[in-house]
Amino acid sequence: MNPIHLHESAAAYLVIAAFLLAAGIFGLIRRRTLIGMLISGEIIFSAAGLNFMAVNRFMAPDPSVGQIFVLFLMGIAAAEVAIALSIIIAVYRNYRSIHSTELSELNG
Amino acid sequence: MTPFPFSEYIVAAIFWLFAAFAVAGAAIAALSTRVIRSVSGLALCCVGLAGLYYFLNSPFLALMEILIYVGAVCVTIIFGVMLSEPDEPARQGSERREALWGAVAGAVCAAVFVGIAQLGLRGVWPVHAPAGDELWSVERIGVQLLTTYSFAFEVISLVLLVAILGALAIAHGGRRKE
Repeated sequence: MNPIHLHESAAAYLVIAAFLLAAGIFGLIRRRTLIGMLISGEIIFSAAGLNFMAVNRFMAPDPSVGQIFVLFLMGIAAAEVAIALSIIIAVYRNYRSIHSTELSELNG
Repeated sequence: MTPFPFSEYIVAAIFWLFAAFAVAGAAIAALSTRVIRSVSGLALCCVGLAGLYYFLNSPFLALMEILIYVGAVCVTIIFGVMLSEPDEPARQGSERREALWGAVAGAVCAAVFVGIAQLGLRGVWPVHAPAGDELWSVERIGVQLLTTYSFAFEVISLVLLVAILGALAIAHGGRRKE
């Protein structure tokens, strides 16, 4: 594989998307605050978007479908961030903490 | 017309730069202990992704990525950081236990990465002839959004509206009078 023409092959984008997914999953497991977990979730969303666009560019007959789909994905991600942040702020008001280990009232 | 000298190498270098932005940003976001650095890593990752979208023939999505993620999502998360105390607490368990869990998480993520990357590299993908430039135009996206995908477009507008109202209600309802 020629590193000069790598941007014309789907594999480069798919590998980058796989790395973003792995980094997001690692963050979701290891971060111990709700905001850190939210950021990791956003990275997973981005990985999905990049994958959609790579497949759209190299393998789809109609390229506008993938772009519209990724646009909807960004809209869903933005809505998710708005809801999640307001929940985090409500949790902080009630518990004075957003560390996932301390939010254990339902822990049996 | 002769092309600009070394233009091939310059394009490749810009591609590598944006790919490095995306990868480094994701690594910073996942690994740093201070949340504000994670947010900066997310912003860097999104700038890199915008560049990759540009290389994938879609300047429209590159613009949207910068606008929505860097401009809106990261700024909103920074507001959340300001309103709470998000820095990671000191780990409470023993060192060995923490190291063990870290190793397990790393192994799981490495397995995910290697598996999916192999799928991408080795898989046999159906290849279509590259679509013509007229199919990539922003005009076509706009026409499709208002014809074929008009229902989905309306639904996502409604979802965003409900999300904003819900966020306001949740953030306001938790407030106690002091």
